[in-house]
Amino acid sequence: MNTKLSPPTPKRLSHARDIAARGYVLKLILMALVNAFGIYGIMSSWAHSSYGILAFLVLALFAADYIYFSKRAIALKYLYPGLIFLIVYQLYVMANTAYVAFTNYGDGHNDAKAPAIEQILKTADRRVAETETYPVTILGKGETIGLAIVTGNEVKVGDGDTPLAVVHGATHTGSKVTAVPGWQVLGLAQIQSRQNDLLALRVNMSSDPNDGWLRTDNGTSAYVAKSLLKYDATADTFTTAEGLVYTANNKVGVYEAADGSRLTPGWRVTIGFENFTKMITDKRLAEPFLKVLIWTFAFAVLSVLTTFALGLFLAVVFNDPRVRARRFYRAMFVLPYAFPAFLSALVWKGMFNKDFGIINQTLLGGSAINWLGDPTLAKVTVLLVNLWLGFPYMFLICTGALQSIPGELTEAGVMDGAGPWRRFRSITFPLLLVSVGPLLIASFAFNFNNFSLIYMLTGGGPNIPGAPILVGDTDILISMVYAVAFESGVKQYGLASALSIIIFVLVGLISWLGFRQTRKLEEIL
Amino acid sequence: MKSSSQAGTATGPESKRRWWKAVGWKHVVALIMIAYCLFPLLFVISTSLNPGSTLTGSRKLFTKISPDNYGELFATDFPRWMMHSFIVSSVTAVGTVLMAAAGAYAFSRFRFKGRRGGLSGLLIAQMFPQMLAFVAIFLLLLGLRDVFPELGITKLGGLIAVYLGGALGANTFLIYGFFNTIPRELDEAAKIDGASHAQVFWGIIMRLASPILAVVGLLSFVGSYGEFILARIVLQRPENYTLAVGLYTWASDERNAPWSLFAAGAVLAAIPIVALFMYLQKYIVAGLTAGSVKG
Repeated sequence: MNTKLSPPTPKRLSHARDIAARGYVLKLILMALVNAFGIYGIMSSWAHSSYGILAFLVLALFAADYIYFSKRAIALKYLYPGLIFLIVYQLYVMANTAYVAFTNYGDGHNDAKAPAIEQILKTADRRVAETETYPVTILGKGETIGLAIVTGNEVKVGDGDTPLAVVHGATHTGSKVTAVPGWQVLGLAQIQSRQNDLLALRVNMSSDPNDGWLRTDNGTSAYVAKSLLKYDATADTFTTAEGLVYTANNKVGVYEAADGSRLTPGWRVTIGFENFTKMITDKRLAEPFLKVLIWTFAFAVLSVLTTFALGLFLAVVFNDPRVRARRFYRAMFVLPYAFPAFLSALVWKGMFNKDFGIINQTLLGGSAINWLGDPTLAKVTVLLVNLWLGFPYMFLICTGALQSIPGELTEAGVMDGAGPWRRFRSITFPLLLVSVGPLLIASFAFNFNNFSLIYMLTGGGPNIPGAPILVGDTDILISMVYAVAFESGVKQYGLASALSIIIFVLVGLISWLGFRQTRKLEEIL
Repeated sequence: MKSSSQAGTATGPESKRRWWKAVGWKHVVALIMIAYCLFPLLFVISTSLNPGSTLTGSRKLFTKISPDNYGELFATDFPRWMMHSFIVSSVTAVGTVLMAAAGAYAFSRFRFKGRRGGLSGLLIAQMFPQMLAFVAIFLLLLGLRDVFPELGITKLGGLIAVYLGGALGANTFLIYGFFNTIPRELDEAAKIDGASHAQVFWGIIMRLASPILAVVGLLSFVGSYGEFILARIVLQRPENYTLAVGLYTWASDERNAPWSLFAAGAVLAAIPIVALFMYLQKYIVAGLTAGSVKG
């Protein structure tokens, strides 16, 4: 290790008493801030009905106050902040991914059942004949917009979430509402900028959705509209005017009729292991999935092998003290590692461009090799770029490891008459592997999930035609997950999460095997 | 492969040939490797100095030299991206160093129930990359937007908080290994003089650990600087992007990639990182091998 330790001078510590007083005040200030933050969060989550967050905040705040003001729990004082972040942003999201993997969350199944019912009702609505048109005033409150009408001599106000209700203390002139406590009357410019929200706004007439709702097409007058579909709460069905009945299919999360037609949106339901089995049983999915799986392993293994080979070669060649400009060479070799990887990938992408890239045009004299578009060549290109990106790291760690091998061992080899290759094979290399082994495994795990490189360089590569998801020849598992979740037209969060779980399991398995293997290596020596 | 040195006095051409066979070829290898390493970097620098805007124009290196592109950068969103990247990466680095060091101190100096389990747990957590849970992170930040707007979707605070989730992980292990090499006698001497555990932490341990803290800070800074997938998912809109996402959208535009603008931006974006790397090189090597080379 690289430490030279010197004991601190005792004089500084004898001022401990003063520091203690200052430290306590600082602690009080920090804990006051933490409590203020926590209490704000508790009130805010209460106001927004985010009860999960509320419960977590209450527990976390109590725990924090206990840990930092009690004389015990010393270790926790140091661990607590890191733990909170770990729990929320790693453990909870992993657990939630596992949960989502068992649902059909995605486009068309975005929310729970009740909001889906409301949404179905609202999108299939028509104006009810023979009802009045109300002159309406548009109100705004933060991000929400609402409507105000005058009936009789009272002002009624409602918004997307609250049905029309009488508001006391509101003023109006004739049928135009001038002021409402808690709301702001919106002017023409503001109405213009929010017209999409306004056109989509449905204000329930009362708490029974079957009474219809108020909507406006022009911002000045509103009419009552009712759904074309009638919702029966006891039977949980929708019926159209013609009598076609849609019943709730709770297994799939849609309302469907006997003739197979469905209402959108559906809602989110748990579907068990369907996401997982879909990958194997659905033939259109299984084939690309298998291809991607094999390529992911191949890519990771080959990346490690090629970068390690080049890095080791260079480390051995330049470990020689007779090479005079070693430090300069080393600094040069590290440059690809120092330059941010995402930028390098984008630059290489430009260089490998089939028609205009400098490699085809200048280096190869005008050829038109389709580096990034041909399925096999794209894979080769990805490996080549990863070689450029990765060999410096291997070079650095091999150099460090080589220098930590005691010279006596190789000298003993020389005395026993072993040639240079034999010495390398039997003495240097095994010792090197012990130091570098865990890092090789870490490099494998890193490249297994090297989303940045694939996404930047090829975007997943020449797309595999005919696959139901947007997946290509250079896609690795994790870029496929991203494509499934966000880029395949229909967002399928449930399927994407299931794929994530599979990657979790694979990576965990590999890391675990790797740890066991490296411990074995140490036992040999 | 390691040739043993030969101390010898030989005649001119003979010793020259021997030198060439033993050492000279290494310099040739080095020159080839330097060309290989530098080529893309030279390409990007030359493109950034070329006022034409397309890929076609950058076929030959250094044909035109002009700083126009750099000037044009400032009319775009680029300065905002740079500021965002800087803020996110610095805060993440500082937060990570503090929390990882604190955690490492707890594991190294205190004996408590669940210490072993905690260490194994961290080892296991290391195996699962945080970005795999990006769907859940997206949904979490959507939910947080109502309660703590600054920690929600599209906000830098939200992104920083996500990155800080990884503080108690591989970095903690690195620092833990280092703390273990600091002798307990120092702690005890300080305690005899009346120091509390906090004073030992801040006054002794942290000061002695500055090399490893520099490494962790650097790795954390560089890691969050180049992180793409989570930044894209969290930040959503071009005016909120960090450099990683912003430059990507420039370079990946199939039709009208503003190529020389991108190159100028890439050079500027890379300078702080390359500088940091070169400056802290020896610490990095020590830090990287710290976990594996024993003693």
